[in-house]
Amino acid sequence: YFFLSLSSSSSSTPELEGRGGEELGTDIANTLYRVFSCESSVDLKSLCINPREHCWVLYVDVLLLEFGGNIFDAISLAVKAALFNTRIPKVRVLEDEEGTKEIELSDDPYDCIRLNVEEVPCIVTLSKIGYRHVVDATLQEEACSLASLLISVTSKGTLTSMKKVGKGSLDPESIFEMMETGQRVGKSLHIALQKILDEEESLGSSRPKVGFLG
Amino acid sequence: MAAVTMRLPQARGPLGASVSRGAEKHLVAPGDTITTDTGYMRGHGTYVEDEKLIASVAGVVERVNKLVCVRALKARYNGEVGDIVVGRITEVQQKRWKVETNSRLDSVLLLSSINLPGGELRRRSAEDELAMRDYLQEGDLISAEVQSIFSDGAVSLHTRSLKYGKLAQGVLVQVSPSLVKRQKTHFHDLPCGASVILGNNGFIWIYPTPEQKDEEAGGFTTNLEPVPLSDREVISRLRNCIVALVTHKMMLFDTSILYCYEASLPHQIKDILKPEVMEEIILEARQRLLDLEG
Repeated sequence: YFFLSLSSSSSSTPELEGRGGEELGTDIANTLYRVFSCESSVDLKSLCINPREHCWVLYVDVLLLEFGGNIFDAISLAVKAALFNTRIPKVRVLEDEEGTKEIELSDDPYDCIRLNVEEVPCIVTLSKIGYRHVVDATLQEEACSLASLLISVTSKGTLTSMKKVGKGSLDPESIFEMMETGQRVGKSLHIALQKILDEEESLGSSRPKVGFLG
Repeated sequence: MAAVTMRLPQARGPLGASVSRGAEKHLVAPGDTITTDTGYMRGHGTYVEDEKLIASVAGVVERVNKLVCVRALKARYNGEVGDIVVGRITEVQQKRWKVETNSRLDSVLLLSSINLPGGELRRRSAEDELAMRDYLQEGDLISAEVQSIFSDGAVSLHTRSLKYGKLAQGVLVQVSPSLVKRQKTHFHDLPCGASVILGNNGFIWIYPTPEQKDEEAGGFTTNLEPVPLSDREVISRLRNCIVALVTHKMMLFDTSILYCYEASLPHQIKDILKPEVMEEIILEARQRLLDLEG
């Protein structure tokens, strides 16, 4: 099964440090968990080793280093990219004489299975400012908006979940508009991300590795 | 319709080719030894340890005879009398307003330092005090001049001229105060169709040029008519140009902003924020500024 946790460094934003950080952090983690725990999004069947007996537990840890507005979108893109890069080694379960099962990992580092991330959704945040809405709001734009809509879109354009955040109200008409914009943006987001991931994959091990502060 | 571009992470290279200046500046980082000569007096930004003069901030070393100090590149705004600042009202107190100007302490705008409608020589009465919120509320942006500095470093502002006052529609850009060049005037009407106020505290206000030049109200009425699309485009292009100049740590004054604007005309407004396009525009602007200097 699948488990997601979020932690943030204190320098990311003043609201997220200390005690208040935990509350906000669990809030964000719960929202993300709702998005990704949909049955069709992450292919949980491929995590299975022995039906009803053994399976892989997938832990996703998100570390927030800097907060520049629109974190949900960024986190969902990062999770999808990370899942794409994941390599799970193949295991065999051996039966012992007494009936205890032993798990054997294959020694070959290249003998692994990859996850299918086609159905993993990406979150698009639409913030309402005045009478219109913006996608990918910066910190200042977020400060101006009273309400925003988080929708998670798969690469085919299907909406998997929707959440409204903020203390303002949203008109039902504007919600439809936002959903349509979100679907459009979400599809192009998936295409761009897939292109970049394939490009990085094709570079192989010779790709330049750049750290966060680089 | 929606255009999304992504790129793989790349190590940040040095921003553009370093252009040789006249005299090489002595740049230091915190902990760098400035000099081991004990004959110097230490100024701001330095401290003495083991008979060595060490810098405590990152910046440029300035030497005046025997005084050595380090002027930080990115610091809060230090007020000087006569500076123009753009600030945001944070509090309305008994006889004054507290204004946020990106300095260490909130600046103060006294009720006696503003232009009240009805002439300047009116005595401030109790009704004026109660009506303070009608003039300036929390969240309003004002342009003002520094009148004096209190002993603790807080700056006292005044708007006793018709060109200062409440700012209406426009775009605010917050930059480091050290990037705004000190000039004779900070109110510029750019020929591209917008006006800009370069506050010494690093707050830059871009607004559409008002048609009629004489306003009687002393700067407190706000013009809330909708701004036409062409003006909005000019203003957003100017804002992106200023962000580009700040990223490349170039000094901000009317000529540099204008050259950067002209260099950015062939590109789309949103492309200016891309690193390659930014470098290209800045290179061209820098070249023109060097040609100007002779």
